[in-house]
Amino acid sequence: MAKIIVVTSGKGGVGKTTSSAAISSGLALRGHKTVVIDFDIGLRNLDIIMGCERRVVFDFINVINGDANLKQALIKDKRIPDLFILPASQTRDKDSLTLDGVNQILTELAKEFEYIICDSPAGIEAGALMAMYFADHAIIVTNPEVSSVRDSDRILGILASKTKRAISGDTPVQEHLLLTRYDPKRVECGEMLSVQDVMGILAIPLIGVIPESKTVLKASNIGTPVILDESSDAGIAYQDAISRFLGEERPMRFVNVERKGIFKRLFSKQKEDALA
Amino acid sequence: MSILSYLRRKNNATASVAKERLQIIISHERLQRNAPDYLPKIKEEILAVIAKYIPITLDQVKVSLERSGDNAILELNVTMPDEVLTET
Repeated sequence: MAKIIVVTSGKGGVGKTTSSAAISSGLALRGHKTVVIDFDIGLRNLDIIMGCERRVVFDFINVINGDANLKQALIKDKRIPDLFILPASQTRDKDSLTLDGVNQILTELAKEFEYIICDSPAGIEAGALMAMYFADHAIIVTNPEVSSVRDSDRILGILASKTKRAISGDTPVQEHLLLTRYDPKRVECGEMLSVQDVMGILAIPLIGVIPESKTVLKASNIGTPVILDESSDAGIAYQDAISRFLGEERPMRFVNVERKGIFKRLFSKQKEDALA
Repeated sequence: MSILSYLRRKNNATASVAKERLQIIISHERLQRNAPDYLPKIKEEILAVIAKYIPITLDQVKVSLERSGDNAILELNVTMPDEVLTET
């Protein structure tokens, strides 16, 4: 039985698409056949984060409308054999997305894939509701910042009332908190909400903490999911999150300030410059 | 942590303010979210009864449910139009 995972947040710019790209890549890297769907109709961006923007021929709406079949619209990732991307439509408006259409596509994808990742648009409009409606799991991407935490709580309320599982009285959508853009230094100074603060407020299980990292921008510059950068702290943190999702125990990394000796500091500075 | 950084922390500790503000606003918003579905219906029906006797609009009736510990208080507030008061 395929698992449908929605990556959502309410607030924009917190790292939904970056996380969708990383999570789908991570699952596929471990041999799980995975498809990632961009639900942000009109503001397609998953394709450019995944580096397949020039290979888009047909999109999600084309398939819903019957202009193309799923095989034609799915883009096979060039790096990871078990990974496929279904891009959003860039031209049509959001109303073209229908619950029946989404249901049909998800049902068809579920026959072939183990994991279906739905990259939700920001906001709580139709697109975001469609992305979460059929979900079994929800990954709530949150920044340690007041507006993001508040919006995440709002999304939790919607997950608990407007999803198929909520409406049909089935077991609720399983929620996972993914804290991104975390800066342990600022937390230590008392300038940023800590993991414990956010967990205390949202009260859902934590699946991972992704540190604020230069490698995320570098990865998006070249169209490679950051999880493929094995030397990147953010990439390693996403790998850990995938492990936890699959039921393995992993200690939280990058949540405390790393104390470096003077030699290590000099050395790592050189290494950073060499990489840059 | 050194004394110096402890002092600095005191000045910059805005995260605790953020936490407190979030706790207040989120608990408030959760209460609204969990308000029972029948509140609007009650409001509508009470309005219909009052409207039989007094000219009144929807915004003059306020129904709210407040919880404190084990108790829930259903509060009904009707603002009477001025004409009615002066007539009697």
